[in-house]
Amino acid sequence: MKPSPLWASEPFWKKVAIWVTSGSFIVLITLTFHSMSEVVAGSQRVPAYSVINQKIDYRFDNTKNRFQPVIGDEQPLFGKKLSETEAEALVALGKKTTQAKNCMNCHTILGNGAYYAPDLTKAWLDPGWIDEANREAQMLTFLKDPPNHARTFGSGRRMPQLDITDEEAHGVVAFLKWMSTIDTNGFPHNFKTLTAQE
Amino acid sequence: MNATTPLMETGLAVCAPLNSDNLNGGQKLAVKYFSTAMILFIAQLLFGLLAALQFIWPNFLFDTLDFSVNRMVHINAMVVWMLYGFIGAVYWFLEEESGIEIVGLKLGNIAYWVLTGAVTIVVLVYLLVQTGPGNDTTRWFINEGREYIEAPRWADIGIVAVMLVFFYNVAATFSKGRWSGISGVLTLDLVALAGLYLAGMFYSTNITVDQYWWWWVIHLWVEATWEVLVGCIMAWSLMKLIGARRQIVQTWLYIEVALMFGSGILGLGHHYFWIGTPEYWLTIGGFFSALEPIPLVAMVVHSVYDAGVHKFRSTNHPALAWIIAHTFGNFLGAGVWGFMHTLPQINLYTHGTQWSASHGHLAFFGAYATIIIAFFYLAIQRWRGGVWMGEGLQDSGWKWKWAMGLLNLGVMGMTVALLIAGYEQSFIERAVEGSTWGGYFAGQNHPWFQQAMNWRLVFGVMTFAGAILLVWDLLTIGACESREELVIEEH
Ligand code: HEM
Ligand code: HEM
Ligand SMILES: [Fe+2]
Repeated sequence: MKPSPLWASEPFWKKVAIWVTSGSFIVLITLTFHSMSEVVAGSQRVPAYSVINQKIDYRFDNTKNRFQPVIGDEQPLFGKKLSETEAEALVALGKKTTQAKNCMNCHTILGNGAYYAPDLTKAWLDPGWIDEANREAQMLTFLKDPPNHARTFGSGRRMPQLDITDEEAHGVVAFLKWMSTIDTNGFPHNFKTLTAQE
Repeated sequence: MNATTPLMETGLAVCAPLNSDNLNGGQKLAVKYFSTAMILFIAQLLFGLLAALQFIWPNFLFDTLDFSVNRMVHINAMVVWMLYGFIGAVYWFLEEESGIEIVGLKLGNIAYWVLTGAVTIVVLVYLLVQTGPGNDTTRWFINEGREYIEAPRWADIGIVAVMLVFFYNVAATFSKGRWSGISGVLTLDLVALAGLYLAGMFYSTNITVDQYWWWWVIHLWVEATWEVLVGCIMAWSLMKLIGARRQIVQTWLYIEVALMFGSGILGLGHHYFWIGTPEYWLTIGGFFSALEPIPLVAMVVHSVYDAGVHKFRSTNHPALAWIIAHTFGNFLGAGVWGFMHTLPQINLYTHGTQWSASHGHLAFFGAYATIIIAFFYLAIQRWRGGVWMGEGLQDSGWKWKWAMGLLNLGVMGMTVALLIAGYEQSFIERAVEGSTWGGYFAGQNHPWFQQAMNWRLVFGVMTFAGAILLVWDLLTIGACESREELVIEEH
């Protein structure tokens, strides 16, 4: 039998497979190191947890040609300014609560999860909370007893009773406020925030 | 022990009963994995139906078995039955491929029972405890709350331990027996597959970091390591089923590995568009993931061409049919449906809509459910002592044909319904309404969306009917067959 031409030769493709795989993997590792340094809490893209002491908005940016979070003046969450450590502890409680209550199997978070309930990425800024003055109180009441404060928008879909405590609810709101400051490259697009309605 | 007695008692005329003496050591273990996989597949569909019903009647089981619970069980049962199917498939051909008896079978058996016990406990806790307080104990013992890998940490550790035993069985058997191209790729791929699971085993408050590593597990499983694993499984089954030449299937396997890893590893970037990661991922993720369909086209060409060269003569018709369904399903569900929403310009609008669910259903079913079902048929054939499963089956093989038709049509129908819902969401909720909660519900309340949910349920029931028929067929096919299997030589 004639030896196979190169394009049909087993040893040749074996070498190609090894080189392509290791090459891609090395590039991925390099990019991962770089990306991790760009997204530590406290970076340009992912603000420090104490950003919950500020006013947050999400507006179209003309130079970037996409939507972008806007971090404004002081506007402490629940009227109490927190240190970085306190803020991190509160956001961590909220993050753990979102995991413990399985939020992601109804909602999407940064667009990932389930599609039975609205995306939470910019929930803090949602015009559904009507006005800034009552937003925090409304969010807390809702989280602690969702079935009786249902926000179904005519769909009949209610959020179940998840036994979220007062403390956990504060954490969740902090987590949501912090998450809304992450620069998500313009996702969601065209989102009109609570303060952009007028 | 005589395995025929229980079947005889049910009144079925059994001529070629299931008999474990027909199986080698690895295969005895494999059929345990396969049987459990089939049970979990049915469970997956039942919980999917509950969740689908809740889209239509939101009060159904509200505050008892909520959507989140049903959906979690639905997708977790899927991941687990597929892993069972893969492990089973590898145990199935381990002895034939290595040329010797499996090393460490006892340990392998224990690992099976440990894994199955752990899975049972995890599911019971999901159903009965459901959620816990927002602390570390919940993540360790109840639920981790991260889609697909919700299993609490203790179970993660158990899973890793079982995977190590499985890996030991595989690597030790090949090392003692003989290595081949297929077994080499397979073994390295298993290292990567198990290693990736570790990337999902730590906590981070930073949601961007959390999702970054979460996608390492999910994407680098289904679009890299699982694809290569089924590539190995398919290479082996083509030799087995139609007598394809080893040198040809192995050359193809290396080409597929190069193309799949070459596009899939950096294709990971298509999940890093919107989670807070830098903008270069828009380019890298878009570009490399757009190349991912190429190896999937190659697989279709390869399988159909090879089956054609061998004139579709095969030892096991249902298995070959499911293998071909696998190559088309993989190409359509992952390749075509994946490609359609993978560029950031469209993904900005489709991300996190039913569009993703449409793709998810066709891809998981088409790429993975199909090839595992093919192995169920291979297993049944041998378990009955190598009965005829070629042309001219009894009752003209209506059961396997109908089961296959119903399952494929059912999943395709659900996929199209979800696709329509996804388009509707992309336009109404996203483009027009700007993604607010009000916009979300404007999309959900629209008649186009609601009709799509009804059709999804209809086709879901069809899928379920197909699965039940599949079970019935597997229990009866070849049971009263007197002809021996067709033996196909490599040619
Ligand atoms: C058999 C292989 C594949 C399987 C099983 C699969 C499965 C899935 C699933 C289940 C999701 C949704 C994840 C979630 O719950 O958030 C998803 C997302 C996605 N897949 Fe695949 N996929 C496969 C291959 C591909 C390929 C080859 C491409 C591209 C060519 C692709 C493109 C995408 C994209 C862009 C998303 C993100 C959707 C979004 O933004 O919401 N997939 N895939
Ligand atoms: C009886 C048939 C089925 C029904 C009624 C059904 C129903 C559902 C429902 C309601 C969801 C939740 C979607 C959402 O969050 O809005 C879902 C998710 C999912 N199902 Fe199914 N399903 C069925 C069969 C299957 C099959 C056969 C597979 C794969 C083999 C599958 C794989 C998935 C996956 C991967 C997801 C997550 C998708 C994502 O997050 O994008 N399902 N299913
Ligand atoms: Fe992916």
